[in-house]
Amino acid sequence: MQTSRTFVKRTRAGAVVKVVREHYLRDDIPCGAAACRRCPLRPDAPAPSLETQPGGAASSLCPGPHYLLPDTNVLLHQIDILEDPVIKNVVVLQTVLQELRNRSIPVYKRIRDVIQTPEKHFYSFTNEHHRETYIEQKKGETSNDRNDRAIRVAVKWYSEHLKKIEDEEKIQVIFLTNDRINKEKALEEGITAYTCEEYIKSLVANPELVDRLACVSDEGKEIESGKVIFPEHIPLSKLQQGIKSGNYLQGTYRASRDNYLEATVWVHGDAEEKEIIIQGLKHLNRAVHEDIVAVELLPKGEWVSLSSVVLQDDGQNEDDIETEEEKENILKTSVSKDMLRPTGKVVGIIKRNWRPLCGMLSKSEIKEARRHLFTPADRRIPRIRIETRQADKLEGQRIIVAIDGWPRNSRYPNGHFVKNLGSAGDKETETEVLLLEHDVPHQPFSQAVLSCLPKMPWSITEQDMKHREDLRHLCICSVDPPGCTDIDDALHCREIENGNIEVGVHIADVSHFIRPGNALDEESVKRGTTVYLCEKRIDMVPELLSSNLCSLRSDVDRLAFSCIWEMNHKAEILKTRFTKSVIKSKASLTYAEAQMRIDSATMNDDITTSLRKLNKLAKIMKKRRIDNGALTLSSPEVRFHMDSETHDPIDLQTKELKETNSMVEEFMLLANISVAQKIHSEFPEFALLRKHPAPPPSNYDILVKAAKSKNLEIKTDSAKALAESLDKAESPTFPYLNTLLRILTTRCMMQAVYFCSGMDNDFHHYGLASPIYTHFTSPIRRYADIIVHRLLAVAIGADDTYPELRDKHKIADMCKNLNYRHKMAQYAQRASVAFHTQLFFKSKGVVNEDAYILFVRKNAIVVLIPKYGLEGTVFFEEKGKPTPRLDYNNEVPSLTVEDTTLCVFDKVKVNIMLDASNIQHQKIQMVLVEPKIRGNDVPANLSTETSSNNEPEKKKRKLRK
Amino acid sequence: KRGLYRKRRGLYREGLLSDDGFRLDGRRPREIRSLRMRLGLFPRADGSAYIEQGNTKVVALVYGPREVRGPRSRSAPDQAVLRCRFSLAPFSGPERRRPRGGEGRGSDLALRLQQSLEAAVLTHLYPRSQIDVYSDGSHCCTGTTAAALAVLDAGIPLRDVVCAGSAALAEGTALTDPNGAEEAAVGPGLALALLPASGLLALVQLSARVPCERLEPVMEAAADGCRELHRALDRELRRSLRERHGEV
Ligand SMILES: [Zn+2]
Repeated sequence: MQTSRTFVKRTRAGAVVKVVREHYLRDDIPCGAAACRRCPLRPDAPAPSLETQPGGAASSLCPGPHYLLPDTNVLLHQIDILEDPVIKNVVVLQTVLQELRNRSIPVYKRIRDVIQTPEKHFYSFTNEHHRETYIEQKKGETSNDRNDRAIRVAVKWYSEHLKKIEDEEKIQVIFLTNDRINKEKALEEGITAYTCEEYIKSLVANPELVDRLACVSDEGKEIESGKVIFPEHIPLSKLQQGIKSGNYLQGTYRASRDNYLEATVWVHGDAEEKEIIIQGLKHLNRAVHEDIVAVELLPKGEWVSLSSVVLQDDGQNEDDIETEEEKENILKTSVSKDMLRPTGKVVGIIKRNWRPLCGMLSKSEIKEARRHLFTPADRRIPRIRIETRQADKLEGQRIIVAIDGWPRNSRYPNGHFVKNLGSAGDKETETEVLLLEHDVPHQPFSQAVLSCLPKMPWSITEQDMKHREDLRHLCICSVDPPGCTDIDDALHCREIENGNIEVGVHIADVSHFIRPGNALDEESVKRGTTVYLCEKRIDMVPELLSSNLCSLRSDVDRLAFSCIWEMNHKAEILKTRFTKSVIKSKASLTYAEAQMRIDSATMNDDITTSLRKLNKLAKIMKKRRIDNGALTLSSPEVRFHMDSETHDPIDLQTKELKETNSMVEEFMLLANISVAQKIHSEFPEFALLRKHPAPPPSNYDILVKAAKSKNLEIKTDSAKALAESLDKAESPTFPYLNTLLRILTTRCMMQAVYFCSGMDNDFHHYGLASPIYTHFTSPIRRYADIIVHRLLAVAIGADDTYPELRDKHKIADMCKNLNYRHKMAQYAQRASVAFHTQLFFKSKGVVNEDAYILFVRKNAIVVLIPKYGLEGTVFFEEKGKPTPRLDYNNEVPSLTVEDTTLCVFDKVKVNIMLDASNIQHQKIQMVLVEPKIRGNDVPANLSTETSSNNEPEKKKRKLRK
Repeated sequence: KRGLYRKRRGLYREGLLSDDGFRLDGRRPREIRSLRMRLGLFPRADGSAYIEQGNTKVVALVYGPREVRGPRSRSAPDQAVLRCRFSLAPFSGPERRRPRGGEGRGSDLALRLQQSLEAAVLTHLYPRSQIDVYSDGSHCCTGTTAAALAVLDAGIPLRDVVCAGSAALAEGTALTDPNGAEEAAVGPGLALALLPASGLLALVQLSARVPCERLEPVMEAAADGCRELHRALDRELRRSLRERHGEV
């Protein structure tokens, strides 16, 4: 096997140590062309991916059959185009992939996905280990130049090699590079080379691709044309020196939402985070929200304070720099001297954090113009100049644009059109937008991910049965909400010989299918959680797993991870054990069905009797938990339930909680706690746990004061006292008060978070009053549970460990990501509800509804409309109108507007309508109708005015104060 | 320093095996590194061998069989005593390092060496004598193989040439004969000393946690490497014998 290879050793001199690595050259690496008969094919190798008759778009530059071979920069910048289905038969060199991996992991992952998609016919050629395409770095040659040369050598080799294919029509190799020098060299060497732009423009049948070309300006070119607006960016190496010496500060750039000429930079410090103000176009110096930048502080005399001015960038004329300066002066006049804060200017960019952006096109007023400005939905991102021929088509559409660069002579960054999402206001379009804006990964699972799934038909093998107990004989059943397809958990309960009770919680064994480190695992950890929107579910794992193989459906064999207790009749745990298992659920019940079985005296089958036993135990456990101080804030859930067809709220669904709901919940809590104890005792350094910190006492101020205004006392010194006083806080004349108080209480709470046990001391879960807690019971929809399953499996010797699992820093990083994903999922969910609320009120028109005041602010009140479970803010300051006299009382939370005093919990009547004046930012607007306020003229009969079709945003005053 | 290690580990994990099935150095999972060897380089020793396996270089010297030196109690009435020493050359890693304890006679590595050789050397032919083996290099497996060759070079009968090789587990795939970079990334894994003709195992050492189900493929990968090594050694031995003595 080895005789046919020759060996060359390559020495790499590192900065610190000399590393010598072996580098083998081979002659058994195939070229990947299907027509080639010369290249050796290994028996287990996949079929060559480059087509004999290359399909794809017809090019006027090279009408014959051809393969494309792009260089690193083309892949890096034009990945949007390369992913298009019409681009096929592309050779990706190993040199290019390696460079790409060092420069952009996301693009690297995208191209790897493309390579694994059979329809794209991409082939990755291991040129660095091919005997005829490997080259050594010459003396004095930079590694960049060496790589460019290696790429050209590979192109040359390909064209020679393909000529030898005995076929009527020779296949050409076309080198794509945007580097002028590299292209010239290639042409000299007899290689067919084009820039990406030349080639894409030659695809006559696909003119739409041209729009998606990234406009990457040649560094040299930008100085020639146009006036230089911005100071130069200092190169990275000098920035790093400057940061070390303390001349510059490194931080995250955060643009202001309300003022495009202002931003803050959060300095990453050792001790505390510090904020620096940046003001004015030139000082902002082309930084974009979330970039990592280097900042130089200005002398104290030039420090400013954050202005409270709202400034929106809506000029059309780009060269109008004078008006910019005028605006900057406005900022300066509003400075009061004792409020001055450290102020600086951006001197360079350490890392761009550009992502594709949703937004809309502001069509140029010039007819037939190709350059247009794009307004991102996120107000913190500047407008972007793009070039497109389909402006007419894109007007009024939500589109995605990627930023390519920001030259010094350009007022706005340059970008290119990526994708049209559809009409603004359209349901599907807006769902896509809110997923993108909340950074929810929602693309269909890639080929690489799907290839990790088990092959169907699936069955349990002997191998699977290792380390597994056969529990198929047990009478196990699951209880879930109706329509549930991803069943995570099932239960059983039986009496054993010694008179005690055996209770088992069986959780889907997802970690059996998702192996550490493969593409499926990487995708699931990236998603972190399944996201539930009003009409859509974005799965964390592919459907085959979530709704089939992992779902513990009845009457089929399923793999599970079981937690089994021996209890006495007082529900005290005597023994706990964990095992991987095979189960066969006897029934998948809904909460209502289970309740019915428990209640009906005539039913006495195995399932029913075990449900009754479980229910009895659960009641004891719940009581004990509440006695220990656990909070039950499950106020009758006020949620906006929508009919998917008509967008009518299907009433205020006060979700009726049956006993069986809390029965299942009780055992899940117990399983989570038992598992948390086990993994923490086994792995004290790197167990993944969940904690819920107790809120600082001041958080409760608002609740205590609000209750006091109704002559009720809420005690907050312990969770138990809080729970008890909430139970007692009833008013016979105001039955809804208790609900309102509970809603307020939830607002005082802290967020529960995942953390790594080795990095934290405080494990307490306040809400559950448990000293330790984790998530074990929903691995189908939460990634944290998968990690917990892996830890538990290692702890009982049922599965392998791997280095990342035992690394507390890695676990801590993962917790950070999971917490972020859960937060974003929650926001996305709220945004989805908000959007559907808007749709509802759009069709419903203007309505008046009863509401309760939840919070009182200095210039507004927050109200809850029980009928829709909807919360909204009523402002008393309106742009362009005189502000009424406002008097805010912090002690009795109340606000006096003119002569009317509004207290917390007051019942009011509000007028609700959709404010669609800004098509990108539609919102529900609420106006107080009752009690009437002097000077606040609400038209007597608003219903006549069906929608607030105000004047378009554009014509409004440029500057608002 | 630990930070650096972690960083490197992450770096390597990403691309230990490319999507096309190539390792960092261009080998496929079951291929061993390139091999060079010489016998009898040191005329002052009774037997000597030099092996170069990839970037691993090892010299082994054998003195004996000779009379037992030191107290009589060390000798055995029915066989020769093997006395092994294994040392890692100070320049054998990426950074020059001081010789540490635990490398001399009686150390873990020397014991491994001794155990492997005892299974192969026909010590009963030389009662009351001793054979000293010195192995000097950067890797214990190569050191064992070199020591066996040196014994062979000394004209001491062997059941078989001991071929030692290792395998590591990376992302679920067993890699035969891991190089330095791979070992740094996933740990040393499993070492085998095989008597290829009989298929007997003189030594199995597991220095990383390898899950039960994966043990077999990893063993198989290591044994594959040993057999491949044996074929190459056999070729080389015949060639060098021809060089020294003409036709065999
Ligand atoms: Zn070929």
